[in-house]
Amino acid sequence: MMGGTSGLGDLDELYESIILDHYRNPRHTDPLDSPDIDVEANNPFCGDEVHIQLDIEGDSVDGVSVSGQGCAISQSSASLLAEMLDGKSTEEAMEIVTLVRRMMRGDELTEEEQDELGDILALEGVKRFPVRIKCALLSWTALEDALQDRA
Amino acid sequence: MTLDVSKIRADFPILQRKIGDNPLVYLDNAATSQKPQQVIGALTHYYTHYNANVHRGVHTMSIEATEAFEEARKKVARFIGAREPESIVWTRNISEAINLVAYSWGDTNIKSGDEIVVTAMEHHSGIVPWQQLAMRSGAELKIIPRTEDGRLDMDAAGELITGKTKMVAAVQMSSVLGTVNDVKALGKLAHDHGALILVDAAQSAPHMPIDVGDLDCDFLGFSAHKMLGPTGIGVLYGRPELLEEMPPWMFGGDMILTVSYEDASWNDLPYKFEAGTPNIADAIATGAAIDYLSDLGMDNVLAHEHALTEYALSRFSELERVTVMGPTDTKDRGGIISFMHDTIHPHDMGTALDQMGIAIRTGHHCAMPLVRSYDVVAAARASFYIYNTQDEVDLLIDGLKQTEEYFLK
Repeated sequence: MMGGTSGLGDLDELYESIILDHYRNPRHTDPLDSPDIDVEANNPFCGDEVHIQLDIEGDSVDGVSVSGQGCAISQSSASLLAEMLDGKSTEEAMEIVTLVRRMMRGDELTEEEQDELGDILALEGVKRFPVRIKCALLSWTALEDALQDRA
Repeated sequence: MTLDVSKIRADFPILQRKIGDNPLVYLDNAATSQKPQQVIGALTHYYTHYNANVHRGVHTMSIEATEAFEEARKKVARFIGAREPESIVWTRNISEAINLVAYSWGDTNIKSGDEIVVTAMEHHSGIVPWQQLAMRSGAELKIIPRTEDGRLDMDAAGELITGKTKMVAAVQMSSVLGTVNDVKALGKLAHDHGALILVDAAQSAPHMPIDVGDLDCDFLGFSAHKMLGPTGIGVLYGRPELLEEMPPWMFGGDMILTVSYEDASWNDLPYKFEAGTPNIADAIATGAAIDYLSDLGMDNVLAHEHALTEYALSRFSELERVTVMGPTDTKDRGGIISFMHDTIHPHDMGTALDQMGIAIRTGHHCAMPLVRSYDVVAAARASFYIYNTQDEVDLLIDGLKQTEEYFLK
C-alpha cells in the first residue's frame, strides 16, 4: 500500500551546505567580558533562543559573541550574523538587517546587494518554507532592536 | 475483531493525496483527524437537500433539519453512555465546553479560599480557564504532578484533593504523553470531598469507549474534529441536575423562553446554553462521524491503536539518540508518541519528515508547562488513528534515521 520515500534531496534548498556548516560549527560563540550590547531573544513557540553580545568601539563593532539553542535555521542564521558583524559599522549592520528582511520577503536583490550579503545569501532558500522564516529572522530582529535602542 | 484498515483507508479521500512525490503519511491525528467520505457527504447532503434553520420553522426542510440535528445529539449521548440527550450541549469545541463550565458553574459556585485541582498533563484549555476563574474569585489552583515515568501521581492527588476542593478538572488522555489517566478514581476522590469532576475527553473520546455513567463524572467534553468530524463543533456533557441549576453563559436567540423589554426567561436544557442559530451542518456531520466509529466499534479502535503503539514504541527503541516522552509501555497508554532527539531540533525533524510526506506535529503541543517539565521547550509528536498502519510506522522510523544522517553526517 505504501510506496518508498524519495529521500531528502529537496531539503538542500533549505539547508544549504553553508547553513549546515554554521549549524554544526557556530562562529564567535565565546562570551564577551563587558559587552556594550547584551540582548537575548527567543521564540516561545519553538524554543529557539539567541544571545547576542557586542563590543562597540566608536561607531563600529569591535567584538561579537552569539550563542543560543534551537533549530538549524535559527542557529546557523545567528552564526552568519556574528560572522557578518565583526568590524562593521552599526550603520552597515543595520543595512544588512534590511537586506536580510527584503531577501526573506522575496524582493529581487541587485548584484551589489547580493555581494554585500555574501554567505548570508545561503538563507535565501528559507523563504520557500514560510513557517521557518521566523526562525531565520530571530537573531536579525534582536540585533535590529538592540541597535535601534542604542541609537 | 481487528479493523479492516484497507477498507477504512478507502473511505478517506485525503489519504490519496501526495506531498511532493510521496504518499501522505498522516501522523498528526492528535491535532486533528482526517474525515471519511461519510462525514463529508453528510455535510454536503445537508447543504444540498435540506438546509434550513432549526427549532422554528413549520416548513418541511426546517422539520427535517431539526430532526437530523436532534438525532445527532442523541447519537452523541449514546456514544458516551449519557441517558438524557438534554445533557448534551453543542459547543464550538472542548475549549468552549470548559469555558462554559468555568464561567457558568464557576462564577456561581467558586469563592475566595476554594481550591480547583487540575493535573500536570492539561492542555492549555484545561489550565487557563481555571486559572482565570481562580483570579476572578480568589480561589487557588492546585496541580497534581506527574511521576518520572509520565503517569499521574495518584498519591499526591489524594493529598491535594481536600474539603477545600470544589472542582477537579482532569484530562483523560494526555495530548503529549499519551498517558490514560484514571479519571474514575479522581472523580471518586472529588466526590468523597464534595467536589465535582470535569473530564477533558478531547484525546480519549476519539480512541476508546467512554461511559459517563461508569466514569461517574459531572462534566465531560470533547471536540468533533479529532474524531472524524468537522471543525467548529464540540460537546459538553453535564449532569442534567447541575446544568439545570447553572445560569446561561451566552444570551440571544434560541436560548430564551420569553422576552420583554424588562426581562427574559430561559429555555429548557440544553437550549439554555445554545444561544443563536447552532452549527447545524457540523452537528449532523458529527452524528455521521459517530456512526462511523460506532460501526467500527470503539473496542476495536482501541485495540488497533494499542497494537500500533506497541509496535511503534518497539521501533522507537532502535533510535539511540531519540527519547520518547511519557510511558514506554502500552499499559493505559494511547497512540500518541512525543519524542526528542539529543541534537536535532523538532522543527528540523518536522521539516525533514515533511519532505518525505510524513506529517507530524512539532512544538509545545499546547501544553507548555508539561513539555517544559521535561527540560525542553519543544518536542516532536506522532499520533495514530484508525487508518494508520505498521508500514507507516516503518516509514516514520526510516525517515527519522534519514533525518539523523542528513543533519549529523
